[in-house]
Amino acid sequence: MLKQIEGSRAVAEAVALSRPEVVCAYPISPQTHIVEALGEAVKSGALAPCEFINVESEFAAMSVAIGASAAGARAYTATASQGLLFMTEALFNASGLGLPIVMTVANRALGAPINIWNDHSDAMSQRDCGWIQLFAENNQEALDLHLQAFRLAEELSLPVMVCMDGFILTHAYERVDVPAQEQVDAYLPRFAPRQVLDPAEPVSIGAMVGPEAFMEVRYLAHAKQVQALELIPGWADEFRRAFGREAGGLMHTYRAEDAETIVVALGSVIGTIKDTVDELRAQGVGIGVVAITCFRPWPLAAVRAALVNARRVIVIEKTLAVGIGGIVSNNVRAALPGSGAAVYTVIAGLGGRAITKASLAKAFADAIAGRLEATTFLDLDRQVVERVLAREREVRRSGPIAEAVLKEIGPVAARPG
Amino acid sequence: MNAPAIAPALTAQDFKSDYKPVWCPGCGDYTVLASITRALAALQLRPEKVAVVSGIGCSSRIPAYTTCYGFHGVHGRALAAATGLKVARPDLTVLVAGGDGDGYSIGGNHFLHACRRNIDLTDIVMDNHVYGMTKGQPSPTTEPDWKSKLSPAGTGLREFHPLVIALAAGANFIARAFSGDPSGTAAVIGEAIRHPGFSFVEVLSPCVTFRPEQRAWKEAVHPASVAATDDPARAARRLMTDDGFNTGVLYKGTRPAYSAAAGKTTLHPADLEKDFAL
Repeated sequence: MLKQIEGSRAVAEAVALSRPEVVCAYPISPQTHIVEALGEAVKSGALAPCEFINVESEFAAMSVAIGASAAGARAYTATASQGLLFMTEALFNASGLGLPIVMTVANRALGAPINIWNDHSDAMSQRDCGWIQLFAENNQEALDLHLQAFRLAEELSLPVMVCMDGFILTHAYERVDVPAQEQVDAYLPRFAPRQVLDPAEPVSIGAMVGPEAFMEVRYLAHAKQVQALELIPGWADEFRRAFGREAGGLMHTYRAEDAETIVVALGSVIGTIKDTVDELRAQGVGIGVVAITCFRPWPLAAVRAALVNARRVIVIEKTLAVGIGGIVSNNVRAALPGSGAAVYTVIAGLGGRAITKASLAKAFADAIAGRLEATTFLDLDRQVVERVLAREREVRRSGPIAEAVLKEIGPVAARPG
Repeated sequence: MNAPAIAPALTAQDFKSDYKPVWCPGCGDYTVLASITRALAALQLRPEKVAVVSGIGCSSRIPAYTTCYGFHGVHGRALAAATGLKVARPDLTVLVAGGDGDGYSIGGNHFLHACRRNIDLTDIVMDNHVYGMTKGQPSPTTEPDWKSKLSPAGTGLREFHPLVIALAAGANFIARAFSGDPSGTAAVIGEAIRHPGFSFVEVLSPCVTFRPEQRAWKEAVHPASVAATDDPARAARRLMTDDGFNTGVLYKGTRPAYSAAAGKTTLHPADLEKDFAL
């Protein structure tokens, strides 16, 4: 059924249709609307049976989900930003134990300084924690990826994180096709856990493993994620047959077949990039897009196949690995040994800074002309940075860095652009 | 040093920064801010002798609204950050300010251990029984039958009793104030700052946006009928049986405050002042 609804509500509907048995809720912007909508669904009886727990922190949210999942219940929670970091210990625990928890991450920057706006720093900081990570381009895909996430998690007994851009998607009202319960029930079978509390075979979950077996356990976690690379495309096909639309998969391409220049990105910025690419194509520029949906496991072979004939690859990423630059771009480079393609890292949109078509078009033109720096910070105000650095050279006690930058740009209200 | 030998007395206004609070009109936190600045002026402190530490939440914005040193840290960790700050600079008066979310749920464990450690801090919790910044979800002090989007049927959970918990965990000073009584709140905060060890002040501070019914708190509050006791057993009985609206200093303990080992502190105010000499 087509509905004009907020992204958060679309996700809540998808989760409710997936019949979780335990939902853990702790509010944090921009995720709160999702768990609020699920709270209402449980109260109204639309989602039953389901235990809805208001927990005291994100650490508790993930820990409660771990307990529920270990006992054989389908468990769900949602978080963002600092909340995801606060659960870090439990994230590794969930994946190490092979528990098929599904979690939405409404992507948001990490502090300090405090910033509630969108970028991908939160999810990227947890890229190696053993969770499968899927990134949605729009709200329909966010809804669809949740349905696929439960399927994926439970088949492999691995936790899955569905990432959607905070505010840009979570708070945007778009038309989404919400499937019927019967459709979802046919696609997502009843949860048949690989591990349950079984009186016939009592076991202590999470016990110590020494050097004699630890490596094998960790290897199996990796092998399972690699296995997901083989299974995910097939499930996307199955999803298309069941629901009549494309969603999920490892990645998709857009006007990339004969492109000398290919732009790689994840999440909602792909829409802006596609529009920019359309305009450049109209001017005769051979440019296309590779949109990554599955970031963990990293679809190395598929990325290589899509990029191997490009002369240059521009990776737009909403995160910064301090001290090296890009994260996605370094994964792209790992897929392109010997291809001869130049790979550019473009750090963009940190802390909610708008990524405009004009800025993207200029960066793409600079790359084509060989003028783009290998690591570029899109729309960075270099003058402000230089003034702050000059002051640091002059004054030993230069004070907190964020406050120095704010002083340089003068009094502002919250200015997301 | 060119500073005059005797600094002029400061007023509450001298402790207020130029930042305009972004709280909702009618929020109780405005008067808590006013009470804190009045208390600091009355104690003849100076902004550079005070640090205000907070975590995340509406009330946690307070440090920026003062002219004192401010530290706006990670959600729930204000007490831990303040502990580090106080042991590094024992000469500073350290206030911790936050709400019932920061203080009792996500930061609840630090609350227990700050009480137990009994470092000379003053912890001011502006309790409005709701998560205001995330727009109205139940907190640990929310009544079990309060309905919200996140708990449409109420949480069904008994609310926390922070004062009893503070006493059991070892806090050396326990008081309750009401933001609608700025003079009383300023007096309680002043006394809390003066009392050695960990001082806990719970300020009932209405959230008129998400809990408009809390406007009625002004009729519910009443001053404690007896003076503060130093007997934990008597305090426990009183705190367990009061109605939650009993204001004033309720317990003043005699435990010695935690003291940093003499001579171990690396930062001395005199050394710092030397750096600033013109």
